[in-house]
Amino acid sequence: MKEISCKLLVVGAGPGGYVCAIRAGQLGVDTVIVEAGKPGGTCLNVGCIPSKALIHAAEEFEKVAHMAGGKSALGIAVAAPTLDLAKTVSWKDGIVSRLNSGVAGLLKKAKVKTVQGWATFRDGKTVEVETETGTQVIRAETIVIATGSAPVELPLLPFGGPVISSTEALALGDVPKKLAVVGGGYIGLELGMAFAKMGSHFTVVEALPRVLAQYDAELTRPVLKRLGELGVEVMAGATAKGLSTKGDALLVETADGKNAKVAADKILVTVGRKPLTEGWGLEQIDLDMAGKFIRIDDQCRTSMRGIHAIGDVTGEPMLAHRAMVQGEMVAEIVAGHKRSWDKRAIPAICFTDPELVTAGLSPEEAKALAGEIKIGQFPFAANGRAMTKQGEDGFVRVVARADNHLVLGIQAVGQGVSELSAAFGLALEMGARLEDIAGTIHAHPTQGEGFQEAALKALGHALHV
Amino acid sequence: MGEYVIKLPDVGEGVAEAELVEWHVKIGDLVREDAVLAAVMTDKATVEIPSPVDGEILWLGAEIGDTVAIGSPIVRLKVAGEGNVVSGAKPPQGMAAPTPNRSAQGGGEGATAAEAKPVSSSPAKPSASKSEPAPQSPLSGGARGGGTAPMSRGVATSGAPRTEGEKPLASPAVRLRAREAGIDLRQVGGSGPAGRISHEDIDAFLARGPQLARATGLAPKDGVEDIKVVGLRRKIAEKMSLAKSRIPHITYVEEIDVTALEELRAALNKEKRQDRPKLTLLPFLMRAMVKAIADQPNLNALFDDDAGIIHQHEGIHIGIAAQTPTGLVVPVVKHAEARDLWDSAAEVNRLAEAAKSGTATRDELSGSTITITSLGAMGGVATTPVINHPEVAIVGVNKMMVRPVWDGTQFIPRKMMNLSSSFDHRVIDGWDAAVFVQRIKALLETPALIFVD
Repeated sequence: MKEISCKLLVVGAGPGGYVCAIRAGQLGVDTVIVEAGKPGGTCLNVGCIPSKALIHAAEEFEKVAHMAGGKSALGIAVAAPTLDLAKTVSWKDGIVSRLNSGVAGLLKKAKVKTVQGWATFRDGKTVEVETETGTQVIRAETIVIATGSAPVELPLLPFGGPVISSTEALALGDVPKKLAVVGGGYIGLELGMAFAKMGSHFTVVEALPRVLAQYDAELTRPVLKRLGELGVEVMAGATAKGLSTKGDALLVETADGKNAKVAADKILVTVGRKPLTEGWGLEQIDLDMAGKFIRIDDQCRTSMRGIHAIGDVTGEPMLAHRAMVQGEMVAEIVAGHKRSWDKRAIPAICFTDPELVTAGLSPEEAKALAGEIKIGQFPFAANGRAMTKQGEDGFVRVVARADNHLVLGIQAVGQGVSELSAAFGLALEMGARLEDIAGTIHAHPTQGEGFQEAALKALGHALHV
Repeated sequence: MGEYVIKLPDVGEGVAEAELVEWHVKIGDLVREDAVLAAVMTDKATVEIPSPVDGEILWLGAEIGDTVAIGSPIVRLKVAGEGNVVSGAKPPQGMAAPTPNRSAQGGGEGATAAEAKPVSSSPAKPSASKSEPAPQSPLSGGARGGGTAPMSRGVATSGAPRTEGEKPLASPAVRLRAREAGIDLRQVGGSGPAGRISHEDIDAFLARGPQLARATGLAPKDGVEDIKVVGLRRKIAEKMSLAKSRIPHITYVEEIDVTALEELRAALNKEKRQDRPKLTLLPFLMRAMVKAIADQPNLNALFDDDAGIIHQHEGIHIGIAAQTPTGLVVPVVKHAEARDLWDSAAEVNRLAEAAKSGTATRDELSGSTITITSLGAMGGVATTPVINHPEVAIVGVNKMMVRPVWDGTQFIPRKMMNLSSSFDHRVIDGWDAAVFVQRIKALLETPALIFVD
């Protein structure tokens, strides 16, 4: 049995863990990172990155298919496209593996030692790693738990056979003719829409009264419209009951209590993700929990001295960029800097078609916090750039305090609005007032003008509506 | 029935706004004239706002924690009669600027000005106001009187109120800087729009220090003045260090009934010849010490601890510790054993005068073999005198006062005085010290003994 010791040990090389390790390395902290899989975690290997690759491919395919249909307003005519999904997947895998080695290279450059294998806590200072070459014991002054999360399995629909999680959905050999998605949250709809564009007949089964229930109805309306255009069947208020005996259909209890059968080659279950708190010896260190998650304070400290936790294992929102900021912060704390979590907004994006962005408070939340609020909403139908991109659906919405015009939240729905999240986040972190956004020149013609116009609208003098 | 508007009066000290810290009333309350409605806090004082009239509270114009501009309406009352709000018309302009020295002066209306005189809970300190940031608007209640609504443009006021739990508004760079400087941003007022905290606000906060004292009117100070220890002060410091580091002191405190001595002293002073000095307690004590030393000559000695030799002196040279403008000096009454009461008194007076005026010679300030220290009228109950190295004993005189003393059947008032004396325990045992002090006590309590051999 080999033993090494270090100042900082990071368990899990997802976006939280690897950022933490890189930053710690930059600061001269003697750091070891342990990862059983490839560096990059869910996000890079089976989440954000590969799904966006697939979504892009689907988008391109759908565009061309639309043109081939002879209805392109742009006057482009092409022959009907075909899709070799295996090739698409291998292109996606190429991107993933480039990023894998990119992360590995960054860790190396920061002089972080990477140990490949599954880590198990022995006690609050010691971790055992099952490596290919035997057991490696690592002792560390500080340990960061960054074990992430995993897809939630439904007892009635265990993964296996036609029942797949998002991980398998990103590595299919061909496009399923009929795809049923259980769970109409952002993961299910992002992937489902992509497959719909690639030719699947896509049915979504959602237990809540509507899909994308975390967003307000107004914001999701353009997405629902697009689902309709793509021929997606939305079964809201319905419950998945299991697999048919033949394994070729999903049994569903509909909103009105009837039993229905949804024919499906593949059943994608996306009912959420759970923190990965098992299998690595959490019981050995007996940390305080907050529900299913490890409880942390504003410095990501757990209930045990010398152990921090970051990322999905610590709670919602389970987003890569939250984990990254936590990781960076913890590295700086370990290096002796004074840091604590003081962020005002964690922007979140749903890469459906059209895309959804939220940053800060929703109108409801803002009202609850500040009392009187002002809302300014600007439709992309009045935005020149959106027209030229054939993306007139959607809007930008700005929510501000009525008394001092401090912007509390920003939401947008529309083609390509994910890139606007940078501006939204900056505005909120800087403490912008409506006047600040209205007073910033936004280049023409861009969709970003919609942001400025929304602020102007809230101030009562939008120019282009 | 009419409506009566009470505006936040000028609370003095050149402030343009004040923070509302307490409501004493709520909507619907009936209030009497002079009843306290609210308390506001400026940077220096908490000021109570009384009601100038009887009435019923209709409206309160600010929340606790709000910063309210001077002259803003804060309360609306329903009153019998006309009130001061003319329907449809703007309230009249207020009076001329208040007199500078008053801590308070009425606000907007002439009608309220005379009566709505807030009571300042701490006296105004005009000289301190220069350290305050210049208010951005005219100061007088009168000038701002014309119905300025509180927070009508919250965006324009500095340090906009934050609701509890709300995060302070600051850019990430400002937050980082505050974190590194150990500043809690919740304590920093934001001068920017919507109360945003800027780098300049951090600068100002750092320069001013945390304003813990806002509520009390006291201000923490961080300055340090470096004073070089030179001259007499350095001499004293060296001597004290030497004495305290080398000599293991034993201090013995005993109380002495000086009623008889005081009677004698008064009688002698009354009868004394013109050319004789007025007697204090000191010459009596000196004579008593001379007598006691005759029995215990080892107390009148200099201990050369380097050489390991005690120089026991025959001549008794009593140092008298004296406070002078530059510090402590110890002029010496030489050969106290050869001076009678009057002579001792005269010599003490002469030396004290010389020491105070700085004309005492080196010779007069050295050569003592034992020392007396007295804080005079300041006295105190007991002291722990520091031996005048290399002597072996020092006698400290505490304040004389009339205390009840049990005489066996009852308490009787007696003039009592403590002697606090220290001895070098290396060469004087506690027993010897006690015997010495008890001898002095006996002599002073029966002063005739001082004068018989």
